[in-house]
Amino acid sequence: MVGAAVNGREEVLARLRAARGAQPREPAEVPRDYRPAGATVDLDLLVDRLTDYRATVHRCAEPEVPGVVDAVLGGRRIVIPPALPRRWLPASVTAVTDDNLTTEEIAATDGVVTAAAVAVAETGTIVLDGAPDQGRRVITLLPDVHLCVLRAEQVVAGVPDAVARLDPRRPLTWISGPSATSDIELNRVEGVHGPRNLHVVLLAP
Amino acid sequence: MSRTFLGMPATAPRGVGHLRGEEPFPAAARRGLADPQLRRNLGHATTTIRAKSGAVIGELPDWQALRAAGSAIKADVLARLPELLEQLEAAVTAAGGTVHWAADAVEANRIVTDLVAATGSDRVIKVKSMATQEIGLNEALEAAGIAAVETDLAELIVQLGEDRPSHILVPAIHRNRAEIREIFLRAMPGVDPSLTDDPPALAAAARRFLRETFLATRVAVSGVNFAVAETGTLAVVESEGNGRMCLTLPETLITVMGVEKVVPTWRDLEVFLQLLPRASTGERMNPYTSMWTGVTPGDGPQAFHLVLLDNGRSAVLADEVGRQALHCIRCSACLNVCPVYERTGGHAYGSVYPGPIGAVLSPQLTGVEDNASLPYASTLCGACYDACPVKINIPELLVHLRDQVPHPRSEAAAMAAAAYVMDRPALYAAAQRAARLSRLAGRRGRGLPPPLSGWTIGRDLPQPPPRTFREWWAQR
Repeated sequence: MVGAAVNGREEVLARLRAARGAQPREPAEVPRDYRPAGATVDLDLLVDRLTDYRATVHRCAEPEVPGVVDAVLGGRRIVIPPALPRRWLPASVTAVTDDNLTTEEIAATDGVVTAAAVAVAETGTIVLDGAPDQGRRVITLLPDVHLCVLRAEQVVAGVPDAVARLDPRRPLTWISGPSATSDIELNRVEGVHGPRNLHVVLLAP
Repeated sequence: MSRTFLGMPATAPRGVGHLRGEEPFPAAARRGLADPQLRRNLGHATTTIRAKSGAVIGELPDWQALRAAGSAIKADVLARLPELLEQLEAAVTAAGGTVHWAADAVEANRIVTDLVAATGSDRVIKVKSMATQEIGLNEALEAAGIAAVETDLAELIVQLGEDRPSHILVPAIHRNRAEIREIFLRAMPGVDPSLTDDPPALAAAARRFLRETFLATRVAVSGVNFAVAETGTLAVVESEGNGRMCLTLPETLITVMGVEKVVPTWRDLEVFLQLLPRASTGERMNPYTSMWTGVTPGDGPQAFHLVLLDNGRSAVLADEVGRQALHCIRCSACLNVCPVYERTGGHAYGSVYPGPIGAVLSPQLTGVEDNASLPYASTLCGACYDACPVKINIPELLVHLRDQVPHPRSEAAAMAAAAYVMDRPALYAAAQRAARLSRLAGRRGRGLPPPLSGWTIGRDLPQPPPRTFREWWAQR
């Protein structure tokens, strides 16, 4: 290369300018004729889509949450984010609050209980945004059971609604069913590296 | 090596990375065609994915509107690429990340190797990334004494089997469950010898094998699906959770990104997050998508490096027709519908980018002379164009590139002769009468005589009519 001393940044930008033509363009008008945000939320659709991807859905009122947690995780050791409402937990679980636990300590727990930021009915997706009732990303990654409590008003109709509600500056994890792979003969198989069991508790009886 | 001029669009350098095959497509394709197991595996997998993808695309009444929006956003990106990259750099830097620029594979490999070496780690965990495969990063790290562990299940199958990837999404698509079991039993340390070929059992074996590595490795290398210029947010779309492991657990994260992956606004993700999973794995949404902006204090890697890679993309951008290949979001829908790919498999294409998109992208990244057979690795049936979620007109690009391929002098001479004859009505009439002689010569159905016989090996020569149109016209 001629003059290799030039820095990579200027070189790449100069190449791209020469390729595109030097004149910067105004942002183009993108035709957005697809369905916009704001459609009516169908909770039954969310349940159907979650179930289709092998998540287990529990619909109940908030006072019944400890009973559900007990049925799923009773007798087990779980990790919880710092601001998880304690009223959701039954006496039968041993809850360890994540105050900068090591990965080994988190990996040694049996499950995790969190809240959520948003859920998308059409795709069966829940989104975590690292708020204090959801915690660091690692706590929903290493335990084998993830139980996520979802309020009805957090459910939106489609992907555009979710994008509009979320704050991109927060670390976001979009979750659609338990860990899965399509790498063996292109069939979806549940259970690789993430939690192999996803339970969604929907607070809308 | 062709001379590179400073600041001018350049193709990817030779001698590094995996964009060039060792033999032309027709020769390499012959091996795939002669392997009945490969053809059964591919036929089964592509049939499965076509049905799944078709079903979930059919659920969306606005699929065509989403495709149009996706295509328009990508065209806008290419028109403003330098400015958007500067905006992305500013946003990532403001959020605590460090941005590096690599003109080609050699520079990118050096940047990543130096960054890993600076951490003192002799091992990195990797999320499946086409860009790092393209530049041959694993080999460069290996040469520097750094082990690169692929954590995607299909990549792991390829790595353990000492094989080459054959599909963008599912690099081990050419292997069926029985073959995967054999590879695991042979090459996976500590594997349970009673392992069956049940897919969940195979997935569980990979989970056990990689768990300790995930927890103990301090550096990760990833690619990226989308990078938002406006906010500096990066997105990785995956299934297994190995991506989340790599993006969350290590202290240092290094992300290598082809420059065309940038999108202007946060809102643009509402389009691509609907297009990609449905076109790619045939899911309404893939199991996991991770998004991060620079560094989040107390959560995830506390050192983040983004490497922006050209490696031939500027040369693709310089071609006003060819540049639409840079719209590609690596979904691999075009592979799954291609009658040629389904029969030859991905290895025949030589490059890490196989199938229809590879046939138009690889020759442009390297310069057509280095991948001259790929624009012909197609029947021009157009199924790829229909399947593409960002509407890349692959058949148009194939024809465009065929025009640029160096052609043999004999072909040019034959074409010039034909043009001369067709320009002169009397000569043309004589030539048509002469063609009729082949009927008398008894060559019907047997093909052309040498040196033109090569063309008729696989084709029937149309039978010349008993009289020409002009003769018929003159007599009526």
